Amino acid sequence: MKVVLEELTKKFPNRNKKAGGEVVAVDHFCFEVPDGELVGLLGPSGCGKSTALFMICGLQKPTEGRIFFGDKDVTDLPPEERGVGIVFQNYALYPHLNVLKNITFPLENLKGEDKLTKEQMREKAYEAAKLVQIEELMERKPSELSGGQQQRVAIARALVKRPKVLLLDEPLSNLDARLRLQTREEIRRIQQETGITTIFVTHDQEEAMSITDRIVVMKDGRVHQIGKPQDVYDDPVDLFVAKFLGTPPINIFESRVSSGKLLIGDEEVLDVKGVKDGDYTAGIRPEGFILDEKGALSCDLNRVEVMGRDVSVVSENDACSGRTLRSIIQAENKVDLSKKKVRFNLKKNKVFIFDSDGQRVRIG
Amino acid sequence: MEKDQYKGWLYLLPAALFLAAFLVYPLVDVFVYSMEEGYNFASQKSYGTGLYNFSYVLHDPYFLQAVKNTFVMVVITVPLSTGIALLISVGLCSIEPLRKLFQTVYFLPYVTNTLAVGLVFMVLFKKTAYSDGLINMLINFFGGESVDFIDGPHAAKMFVMCLYIIWVVMPFKILLLTSAISSVDPNYYNAARVDGTPPFRIFYKITLPMISPTLFYLIITGFIGAFKEYSNAVALFGTDLNSAGMNTIVGYVYDMLYGDSGGYPSYASAAAIILFTIVLTITYLNLTVSKKHTYY
Amino acid sequence: MKQTASKPHNTSAIIRKAITYTGLAVWALMVLFPFYWMLLTSVKSYSEYNSEYVPKFYASSPTVQNFLDAFSTVPLGRYLVNTLVFTLITTAVMLIVVTLSAYGFARLSFPGKDLVFTLFLALMMIPNELVVITNFVTITDLHMRNSFAGLILPSVTSVFYIYLLKESFAQVPDALYFAAKVDGTSDLKYLWKVMIPICRPTLITVGILKVIECWNSYIWPRLITDDQAYFLVSNGIQEIRENGFGRENIPAMMAAVVVISVPLLVLFLCFREKIMAGVSRGGTKG
Repeated sequence: MKVVLEELTKKFPNRNKKAGGEVVAVDHFCFEVPDGELVGLLGPSGCGKSTALFMICGLQKPTEGRIFFGDKDVTDLPPEERGVGIVFQNYALYPHLNVLKNITFPLENLKGEDKLTKEQMREKAYEAAKLVQIEELMERKPSELSGGQQQRVAIARALVKRPKVLLLDEPLSNLDARLRLQTREEIRRIQQETGITTIFVTHDQEEAMSITDRIVVMKDGRVHQIGKPQDVYDDPVDLFVAKFLGTPPINIFESRVSSGKLLIGDEEVLDVKGVKDGDYTAGIRPEGFILDEKGALSCDLNRVEVMGRDVSVVSENDACSGRTLRSIIQAENKVDLSKKKVRFNLKKNKVFIFDSDGQRVRIG
Repeated sequence: MEKDQYKGWLYLLPAALFLAAFLVYPLVDVFVYSMEEGYNFASQKSYGTGLYNFSYVLHDPYFLQAVKNTFVMVVITVPLSTGIALLISVGLCSIEPLRKLFQTVYFLPYVTNTLAVGLVFMVLFKKTAYSDGLINMLINFFGGESVDFIDGPHAAKMFVMCLYIIWVVMPFKILLLTSAISSVDPNYYNAARVDGTPPFRIFYKITLPMISPTLFYLIITGFIGAFKEYSNAVALFGTDLNSAGMNTIVGYVYDMLYGDSGGYPSYASAAAIILFTIVLTITYLNLTVSKKHTYY
Repeated sequence: MKQTASKPHNTSAIIRKAITYTGLAVWALMVLFPFYWMLLTSVKSYSEYNSEYVPKFYASSPTVQNFLDAFSTVPLGRYLVNTLVFTLITTAVMLIVVTLSAYGFARLSFPGKDLVFTLFLALMMIPNELVVITNFVTITDLHMRNSFAGLILPSVTSVFYIYLLKESFAQVPDALYFAAKVDGTSDLKYLWKVMIPICRPTLITVGILKVIECWNSYIWPRLITDDQAYFLVSNGIQEIRENGFGRENIPAMMAAVVVISVPLLVLFLCFREKIMAGVSRGGTKG
């Protein structure tokens, strides 16, 4: 089932009544989620991604715009008629019910011809439990489960009605680091096994990059960029997206362009033909540096962190925001620590320049 | 879910109706009653409005007696009960064995029907033709004269009254004070002990300031409760409190409303309003004092 | 040196302990003695009691006659049944009314909610003694004196319990509500299937506190009933004191007091922790 969002907008009255006016949580969000894809809504907290999710599942009504599931307009339908399953950040398991009853709870609300017998409910619950591998836990109460197990129960509960769309609201943020890695693989597996169109909200770019087919980067209610994770990483449309994606983060420099050359400090570091002269912000991915004794960009060497396969060179440059820049180079490249200076050449496809509004300026 | 916002009101409706009928409307009405002169319950008519009801009540010797009694009860029972409760709570918090048992025992008066247990006090203190009662036996044993605490001199009656009130209000105070004292962070005590602070100083400088909010809460509610004293007096001296000379302000209100001397809701309303003017004033004074002396 | 220095400290600590325990025991005795005396007197026969000029601390020939008298000579059974009916209905109705409005305040959002809640809280300040006058007139005008309706109606709402319950409801995470909504659970079903089971401890506390309050209520029942057929135990015991048994029969009266006191004492011993926690959170008396 594909999901189509048309000009989806949500405005809230301002909390500070004296200030008046409205807060735009989601601003004309247009997007089409292809059938069977896993899509990540990514952005810092308060960017409107959860509001968008709540509108898709029907818990909040959009101020403007329409939502389609397939060809059907579901904008005015209540959540239970949309056929969605949702997993909340804190899982929202009913603490007084055991796992089995938690999973069958959604089925108890079915009416009319959809109504199920106790036996059928049980069967469906076990089916869903099997998918997330928690069949042995059915009699336990949520308080007797680990975080990861609770997570699985929540997913089973969301899947038991065989929803057309599965929504996950920060599903991993309550888990510890090790479990997070494991669970995100698990979510990917379940999504691929069931083929359910899945929308996943997260503020963790690594999480989004690693398992989604497509990411939507949002900030302040506005969509900045939509695309395949690698494409967005390699080709950010603006400074925000460039800064938000990638660990370690992109290095930002004050720079200017003069007659087709990009200057950082006084050093000409790159040919940028076709870019107008003026001041720009340059972003260089950590892997965009090539160690070269005759390199164009010179920095004060600070320290070297060995990370096994790679080496992270930490150095300083006055033009760099925060002074410290971090570059990642292959471990074979030996860094002479006795020298105070280190010089780099730059990979052209890892350097992005942005105008004063933060918009990307393409290099010729 | 946003469209049926007004369903929320439906959930409040029963409570709102009951509160309007039995709390808000009566509150307004009591002021109306208090201003209606010569209101007759049977004919439901009055002949004018004014402050006559208040003046009548304030000149009624029964009312003045009730005010005097109430004030005596307040002045005696509030400080005594709070003080004893504080002593007991401090003692209770300093022991480990038997603590639970004591706590349970001390709470018993809270769950008893005070009208019923009042009769036990009456029996203990009453002097009858065939027995002087247990308490008088004790007094005799220590060489004193028998006193009739229930039908005798006013001071003796007041003594039993206050004793019974204290007996009844103690559980609540002990419960709150013990939980306040035991919730003081033990690190304060440890720090003080390391400094070699003597126990009395620890109590005075640490425990007391830390529990002062609870203490003031108890004093304030204690005053309010004592001013509204009534059923404990009935428990000891029966319903005809006026002839026993032990009536309270609330008792006067009910006597004006109902019973042999009743049928005057206007006087009852005036008396009730006077009572709450007094209570509000005292509470206001209490709050002012407590603001000055509460440490946080 | 050290030994001798700590010795006086130890002795004073022991003395302090002794004083503490003595003081606590004295008050425990003062609390328990009336209960003991009530039990003791209730098993003394009428003649035994009246022949003791110096009351004895034991009963030489315990009897249950007084209890039989209490149930046969005066309508104590009737009073108990009335009180039981009154207590159960009032508590049940109050729990429904209070739960609904607490849910309204805690879970649903509708315009004006905060204002209404503030108004509700303000109502907590209204003292019962002020409103009882008009309520007396209202119930009389509705011809509901000497009826259970008249006894029950004014006490089926309590702003304080609404507040207590709302606090407890508000602690249930919003996400549970959203999860239930996505599954098409109605508000009422959510209340019944999720909120009430989760908040059962608070509901039980509120219920028990209300039962205690009902069982001991005296003033309103006294105003509103003068037919013995509708007396509750508090009025019943006053009636027994003033006109019961045809003569002053203290042992029988004490038997009645025992019968009236026992149900609440049993309730207390069963739910000791709950009651004490509930009262310290919000009971008031005294």
